[in-house]
Amino acid sequence: MNEELANGQDQWVSYVARVRDAQDQHAFAELFRHFAPRVKYFLMRSGADAGLAEECAQEVMATLWHKAHLFDPTRASVATWIFTIARNRRIDALRKERRAEPEDLPWGPEEAAPQDQVLALQEEAAALGDALSKLPEKQRILIERAYFGDLSHSEIAEETGLPLGTIKSRIRLALDRLRHAMK
Amino acid sequence: MTMTQTISHHLTDALLMGYSAGTLPEAFSLVVATHISMCDECRARAATFDTVGGAMLETSQAVAMDEGSLEATMARISAAQPVARGNGAATQAGQMQGQHQQRPRGVLPAPLQDYVGGDLEQINWRPVGMGVRQALLPTSRSASVRLLYIPAGASVPDHGHRGLELTLVLQGAFMDGDLRFGPGDIEIATEELEHTPIAAQGADCICLAATDAPLRFRALMPRLAQPFLRI
Repeated sequence: MNEELANGQDQWVSYVARVRDAQDQHAFAELFRHFAPRVKYFLMRSGADAGLAEECAQEVMATLWHKAHLFDPTRASVATWIFTIARNRRIDALRKERRAEPEDLPWGPEEAAPQDQVLALQEEAAALGDALSKLPEKQRILIERAYFGDLSHSEIAEETGLPLGTIKSRIRLALDRLRHAMK
Repeated sequence: MTMTQTISHHLTDALLMGYSAGTLPEAFSLVVATHISMCDECRARAATFDTVGGAMLETSQAVAMDEGSLEATMARISAAQPVARGNGAATQAGQMQGQHQQRPRGVLPAPLQDYVGGDLEQINWRPVGMGVRQALLPTSRSASVRLLYIPAGASVPDHGHRGLELTLVLQGAFMDGDLRFGPGDIEIATEELEHTPIAAQGADCICLAATDAPLRFRALMPRLAQPFLRI
């Protein structure tokens, strides 16, 4: 069902590998064309003006280039990895705060990631994206606001006029649906 | 820190989602990152919330980049110093950032060591009475976070809350009513909860506690003193 989506994810993984191994500018351009405008949208939704969002999106993509060797396709899709870079850039640039990151897991000798593990993770990420797109509109919008709007639940409550309890239960419902869809 | 099998009090979805979305106050993010460092289950759940963020990005609208944006980015890349390629590749979506300073493993998980500036011996404890000591950690002021040292058997000052309070056990344990909180366990207290945690017998208890509102200490701490202690 998600084969096509997973193939798409797989393609992004191979582009990042080409950037890492060969500083491949064509592969980077493909990643840039797809992700930079989405990162820019994400930053503008979070309150950045167009100029700041443009600058930060460029920085996020430059970070992808420089840290391509840190990307682990058995742990995250390329979209997820770029999201975490963009999120951290937003905290740094817009909120001027630090963000504590968890301790790294103990890590064995570096070796090539087993292809089946890469595929399994990329398929799972694709399936989650698929499930997300099939959520009822109201639930999807709340999750998007929680991620993109730089708003806490109580701030969303203030802005939408919905009681905090309603927002929490809708988000819980959305997460339950996602979990169910992933089984 | 391989105590993950004994952890029974975990983070909520709301906290994990806020951490992934990057909307938590810095002080709460530190507690969440420290718990995740000790808890494989919450580490996996956090990765799932990052994946939701990635899927939102993938399917979101797009805003056109400026003319010549790719070239400008390539120029940024050429101008930047190349990043050293260490062997210790990071392992998690949120960790593929290569952030932590290299420090020897200690009692405190890495994110906490970054704030303390080292392990336990680097903590700048201040006595706050009854053998209890605390050390405030520097974060943005939207919420505060401190390390608490509570002698075995002593009660944590009786307090209520005006906001949300997270208490993560790093060493020793405390009891709150019938519930026991050991290393790695996190207690999430809201405004409704009146609680009276008591450090368990045995090892002295060290906790990491964050709150987004001033605590109201009832018995031990005169309210007058609160502004000075930033409690």
